[in-house]
Amino acid sequence: MIRWLQRTWAVLIKEFIQMRRDRLTFAMLIGIPIVQLTLFGYAINTDPKNLPAAVHIIEESRFSRTLLSALRNTGYFEFTHIVTTEAEGAKLLKEGTVAFVVTVPAGFERRLLRGEAPQILIEADASDPSAASNALAAIAQLPATVFARDLSEAGASPVATVPVDAVIHRSFNPEGISAYNIVPGLLGVILTMTMVLITALAVTREIERGTMENLLAMPITPGQVMMGKIIPYIFVGYIQVMVILIAARFLFHVPMIGSLTLLSGVLALFIAVNLAVGFTISTLARNQLQAMQMTFFFFLPSILLSGFMFPFRGMPVWAQYIGEALPLTHFLRLVRGILLKGAGPLETAPHVWPLLLMLTLVTLLAMNRYRRTLD
Amino acid sequence: MTALAIDVRGLTKSFGPTRAVSDVAIAMPKGQVWGFLGPNGSGKTTTLRMLCGLLKPDAGEGTCLGYDILADSARIKREVGYMTQKFSFWEDLSIRENLEFVARAYSLGRMNQRVDEAIERLGLGHRQRQLAGALSGGWKQRLALAACILHEPKLLLLDEPTAGVDPQARRDFWDQIHHLSAEGLTVLVSTHYMDEAERCDRIVYIAYGNVVARGTVQEVITSSGLETWIVEGEGVRQLLTELSGKPGIDHVAYFGAVLHVSGRDAAALERAIATFRALPGFTWTKTRPSLEDVFIDLMQRQGADKR
Ligand SMILES: Nc1ncnc2c1ncn2[C@@H]1O[C@H](COP(=O)(O)OP(=O)(O)OP(=O)(O)O)[C@@H](O)[C@H]1O
Ligand SMILES: [Mg+2]
Repeated sequence: MIRWLQRTWAVLIKEFIQMRRDRLTFAMLIGIPIVQLTLFGYAINTDPKNLPAAVHIIEESRFSRTLLSALRNTGYFEFTHIVTTEAEGAKLLKEGTVAFVVTVPAGFERRLLRGEAPQILIEADASDPSAASNALAAIAQLPATVFARDLSEAGASPVATVPVDAVIHRSFNPEGISAYNIVPGLLGVILTMTMVLITALAVTREIERGTMENLLAMPITPGQVMMGKIIPYIFVGYIQVMVILIAARFLFHVPMIGSLTLLSGVLALFIAVNLAVGFTISTLARNQLQAMQMTFFFFLPSILLSGFMFPFRGMPVWAQYIGEALPLTHFLRLVRGILLKGAGPLETAPHVWPLLLMLTLVTLLAMNRYRRTLD
Repeated sequence: MTALAIDVRGLTKSFGPTRAVSDVAIAMPKGQVWGFLGPNGSGKTTTLRMLCGLLKPDAGEGTCLGYDILADSARIKREVGYMTQKFSFWEDLSIRENLEFVARAYSLGRMNQRVDEAIERLGLGHRQRQLAGALSGGWKQRLALAACILHEPKLLLLDEPTAGVDPQARRDFWDQIHHLSAEGLTVLVSTHYMDEAERCDRIVYIAYGNVVARGTVQEVITSSGLETWIVEGEGVRQLLTELSGKPGIDHVAYFGAVLHVSGRDAAALERAIATFRALPGFTWTKTRPSLEDVFIDLMQRQGADKR
């Protein structure tokens, strides 16, 4: 037993030293969360202004001009195109040339003068929901007094409540994702990517550099190699988590209702599963390039089918089945449950056991696949 | 316990269509130093790897230090020191860290003391914190040797340990080997150097996966049945091309400022060189062939067989 630990310890110390020497990788491990977080974080929090918009005015009037300048004054719209048909506007929207098409219908002036709130149609490209939502909210807040001057000049009385009745069509992503969902999710995504990749590389590097022959000639067993290689990266995983959580708390003000102790327990499990997956990849890959490719092969479905990108329940059933088999899916539910909803041990159990099961299966697979010889 | 450190029969290993080692048998007594020779790609590394459990033989059986090579590789690994042909320690660890890793991996007691001693023996005290990757080729070899004897193995398998090492270091290295062997260590060492082969108790010569000669240096030379003439004189090198390929002459080689003309059929050889012996300015002496002559001959014969 002591010898067993001693050999694991041997590998562990070696990995720590190598990790410390490999400054670039280490910097990347810490840098990736920061960069991703800032990128995603800004996508969530930024209030993108001056979004390109097309305008389709069916009946030109002083009111339509006032409306446009009012919209422009919100700071969100920059009218870059004037279109004359509906199809033209739809095309621009689909291409992504504009984020909005604002249609001022016929009879706009007439209705205003009659004291009604005329309809305008706003078609928004909601594939980037966070970008569109602020702009749309700004329309709803257009002051009732927008047309006051125009109306009094025309000898009509101002509208009481809202100036226009904006009919909003969100295209491409009617759901929209909440900002709070993303940062905790990002925790899982970053851990999946870096943890799997780093272990996958740690073992294939031994093969590529020829040090595997030496390692195999020593009385170190696969289990010892695996433990020794995984444990140092659990520490790295925790450092990443800390960076993300601190940023989530102080930069993005994500609420953290649940128990952080429970969260760190769940994190340890999730990190271990990912490291085991990485170790398995390393037993399949022949070189670092292959290991990298396999990691991305695992990473893509993790991002797409786990509920990080798209709402899980919105996916077709077959995709949900695949999703259930991915560690990230369960982790997302766990972390959102704990951080946002304050889930306790009882509520987390249904997603903890799938992770435990995965850890067991993947570890068995990895130990089985680990080559004890050079064949 | 048997008196044989290595006792294997019928070792065979193929990589896809290439048969790297076929039906190799080695019975090596404890405490000896054996040389393992053969041209490039003849299967030396493959054989050594099978002996220490790094490769699983396709066929064959036997024991290493009394342990079954197929079933007991874990125990073999603990008592064998294997030095790989290519440097395979961690270049991003320092010399000391590499040795410490080895000490822990073999769960050795008195780690610091052992590592200190090893570094002392290497004469690397002042550079022990230097990364192994920054060492020159010869120093890497020395580090590798130090690392693979750290756990006091009973059997050393060394794969071309002196490739790229300067003559002084080579001599030091062999002194150390003989010193270790005097303490009871068994050493099987692969090499391409004739002078090293001559320092071994016995040699095993392998070509294209088959053992084609074995025994003491004397025995190998005698059993080759080779006759060699040495030609000396000004401009003797010019004779090389003229002599090569004549019937009766198996090969001609120029080394040590003399020409070695060898053939397996003594009579045919004498007939072939008769006309050349009449040339003025050269002295012809019949000698015992050197190990190198024998190896070149073995290599050519095996090569011819294969083609
Ligand atoms: N892992 C491998 N995969 C495929 N073929 C291999 C492998 N290892 C060795 N071989 C082949 O087996 C044969 C014997 O190789 P081996 O390395 O044992 O020769 P060697 O005697 O050590 O040669 P050298 O003197 O060049 O080191 C060669 O033809 C080589 O190409
Ligand atoms: Mg070799």
